[in-house]
Amino acid sequence: MTSPKGRDRSAPRGALRRRAIPYFLLGPGLIWLLLFFVVPLYFMGRLSLESGSLETGGFEFTWEWSNYGHALGDYQDRFVRSFFFAGSATVIALLIAYPLAYAIAFRGGRWKNALLFAVVAPFFTTYLIRTLAWQTILSDDSPVVSTMQTLGLLGDGGRLLATDGAVIAGLTYNFLPFMVLPIYASLERIDVRLIEAARDLYSSARTAFWRVTLPLSAPGVVAGTLLTFIPASGDYINAEFLGGTNQAMIGNVIQSLYLNLRDFPSAAALSFTLMAVILIAVFIYIRFAGSEALMGEEAEKAK
Amino acid sequence: MTEPSVRLEAVTKAFGDLVAVRELDLDIPQGEFFTLLGPSGCGKTTTLRLVAGFEQPTGGRVLIEGSDVAGMPPHRRPTNTVFQSYALFPHLNVRENVAYGLRRKKVGGDEIKRRVEAELERVGMAADINRRPNQLSGGMQQRVALARALVNLPKVLLLDEPLGALDLKLRKGLQLELKRIQREVGITFVYVTHDQEEALTMSDRIAVMNQGRVEQIDAPAQVYERPATTFVAGFIGVSNLMPGQVTRASSGRGQVRLDSGVEFETATDGIGSGERCHAVVRPEKLEITPVDSSQGASATGDPSSARIRPGPTGSEAGRAQDGRPTIDGVVEASVYLGTATQIVVVLPGDVRMTVLVPNADEAERARLPGGGAPVRLSWAPEHIHVVRESAGAPAPDAGDRAPVAETSK
Ligand SMILES: Nc1ncnc2c1ncn2[C@@H]1O[C@H](COP(=O)(O)OP(=O)(O)OP(=O)(O)O)[C@@H](O)[C@H]1O
Ligand SMILES: [Mg+2]
Repeated sequence: MTSPKGRDRSAPRGALRRRAIPYFLLGPGLIWLLLFFVVPLYFMGRLSLESGSLETGGFEFTWEWSNYGHALGDYQDRFVRSFFFAGSATVIALLIAYPLAYAIAFRGGRWKNALLFAVVAPFFTTYLIRTLAWQTILSDDSPVVSTMQTLGLLGDGGRLLATDGAVIAGLTYNFLPFMVLPIYASLERIDVRLIEAARDLYSSARTAFWRVTLPLSAPGVVAGTLLTFIPASGDYINAEFLGGTNQAMIGNVIQSLYLNLRDFPSAAALSFTLMAVILIAVFIYIRFAGSEALMGEEAEKAK
Repeated sequence: MTEPSVRLEAVTKAFGDLVAVRELDLDIPQGEFFTLLGPSGCGKTTTLRLVAGFEQPTGGRVLIEGSDVAGMPPHRRPTNTVFQSYALFPHLNVRENVAYGLRRKKVGGDEIKRRVEAELERVGMAADINRRPNQLSGGMQQRVALARALVNLPKVLLLDEPLGALDLKLRKGLQLELKRIQREVGITFVYVTHDQEEALTMSDRIAVMNQGRVEQIDAPAQVYERPATTFVAGFIGVSNLMPGQVTRASSGRGQVRLDSGVEFETATDGIGSGERCHAVVRPEKLEITPVDSSQGASATGDPSSARIRPGPTGSEAGRAQDGRPTIDGVVEASVYLGTATQIVVVLPGDVRMTVLVPNADEAERARLPGGGAPVRLSWAPEHIHVVRESAGAPAPDAGDRAPVAETSK
C-alpha cells in the first residue's frame, strides 16, 4: 500500500497542480469581489464616519458615530415603510408566483419553455421604462382610473398613483420573476414519484402537497423571497415614479442625500444601517424558514 | 375469507392509441406471493398502478377483497407500494419516512413509535433510524422503503422491481429476505420483475406477460417445465424450440412430427391435429453424444460418464434409442460458464439448440465436443413437450443463449 505522502513525492508536480486548481477556479471571482465589493465597502465604511461638508472644504475622518444616530433617528419612519412595502410585495409576489410556478412545472407540458419565456420577457425592457409605463397606466388621467371611477371602484377624486398600493404593486410586478424562477426550479426538480408515494401512504392530494411538495420546494421559496425582499427594501425607483411624498422609502432618502444634499457621510451611514438591518432580518428568516422546511414532521411529533 | 385479495376482470388500459394492458384477468388469493414477469414495456408497472389507484382502467374491473375500487383514489385503497426507485422522502429521516403512513392514519404517538421501531428491526435498519435517505446505500434505502409500506399492514403490497437497482449479490440476499418477510406477515405480495430467475425463486405463482397480455399463469416449476407458449418458453430460460406439427391428437395426447423428421408422442394440451407447434426441451435435459462421422458408429465417450453417453452404434437419427428420441447436428460453439458448459448445436433447418452440461469433473469437460464436431442430441420422452405459437410478439430468440443461472444482470 502506498501512502498518500509517498504518491505525492513520486509526482510532486501533478499533485501541486491538482491542489492549485480550486484556487485557479476561485481566482476571478475573488478578485472581482475584492475590487468591486470589499474595496468600495471599505471606502463607504470610512465615509460613513467622516464629518464636514462640501461647502466648508470637504469631509474629514473623525469617527463621527453620530451619523448613525441621525440615520436611525431621523429616518425611522422611512425604514419601517421600506420594510412594510418590501414585505408586502414579497408576500403578494409569493402568492402569485407559487401557483404560477407550480402550474408551469407540473402542468406545463410542452408549453413549459414558452411559459418560462413569458415570465422573463419583461426583462427585455429596462426596469426604468417598465416602471414609467406603470406610471402612465396608473396616472390620474389614464383610462384605468376613469373606468374605475365610472364603476364606482374609486371615489371621484380618488387616485391610483401616489398611493401605497401603487408602490407595492410596482415592486411586486418588478420582482415577480425573481420569485417565480427559483420556485419553479425547485418544483421542477421534485420527483413526481415522491408525490405518488405520499398519495399511496394515505395522503389526500392536499395533504401530499403540504407534507411533501411544499417542504421540498422550500429552498426555492426561501431563495425567491430573499431575491425579492432584499432588492425591494433598498429600491427607490418604484417609490419615485409611482409614489408621492408619503411613499418615500429609505432608498429615496439615500439617493437624495447623495445626489441632492451631497451629505455623503449620512448617506453612507444610512446605507450601512440598511444593510445591517437586512442582514439581521435575513439571518433570522433563514434560521426560521430553514428549520421549518426541513423539520416539519419532527416539529409535529414534538407538539 | 374466500374472496381473492386482488381480482382483475378483463382489465384494459389504453393510453391514447397505445394499449398497455389488454383484457387482463387475474385472481390473486389472500397471502400469495404473485409475480408479474415480462419484458420491458409489457405493461407490468401499468397493471400495478391500476391496482394501486394511480391509473384508472379504460375497461374491466379491479376488485380488492371483493369490492370494486373504481374511482377510489390511491390514499383510500388498502394497498401500499414499494417503488422501483424507492421514492423515500428526502426531507424526512428514516423514522419519519416509515411513520408517514401511520401519521396520516392518525395512529397514536406511542403506537407509531413502537410499530416503526419493530418494523425497522424486522428489515434490519433499527440502527439507522435517525439518518436521512441520502445517507443510505441503495440496499438500505430499499429496506426502508419496504418498512415504510409494510408498517401500515396493507391488505396487498405492490412491489415494482424493488431489487432492480441493486447488485447481484445483494439482490440474492434480499430475495430470500423478502420471501421470509412475506411468509411472516402473510400479506398478499404482487411483485413485478423482468428477471425470470428472481420470479422463479420467490413466487408462489407467476403471470408471464407479453405486450399487455398474460401468456401463462402457473407455479414457477410449471412455467419453467411446461411453458404454454413459444414466448414463455423463450422468456423463461433459453428458447430451445424445434418447429413441427401435430399429426394426430385425441383426448389431450397426440403424435408430433418435427420438421426434422423426428416423431414422438406427447401431451398436446389442446393443440389440434394438423396445427403447427414447437417442441421444447430444456437445455439441461438434453444429452449430447459425439458422433464419429467417418465411421458412422464408434464409441468415443466414456461409459462411466453420467452425461456423455457412448456414441450410438449404427442407429439413425430420429430412431428411438432405449425409447429416447435423438436428432443429429453440429456443434456451433461451446462456452465455459463456471458451473456448466453451454454448447450450441445447429440442427437441420437452421434450428439452434442449447445444451447445458454441468462441469462435474475436469476430465469429462475436456472430452466435450468442440466447434464443428458432429453430435447427436437425445432426451427422455417426458422432457419434451409442445407449445403453441405465442399470440403476441414472436418468441424472443435469447440472443446470448445464456442458461437460467447466468441471465440475471
Ligand atoms: N402515462 C403513460 N402515457 C402513455 N404511455 C404509457 C404511460 N405509462 C405507460 N405507458 C406505455 O405503456 C406500456 C407499458 O408500460 P409499463 O410501464 O407498464 O411497462 P413495464 O412492463 O413496467 O416495463 P418496464 O419493465 O420497462 O418497467 C409502454 O409501452 C409505455 O410506453
Ligand atoms: Mg415498469
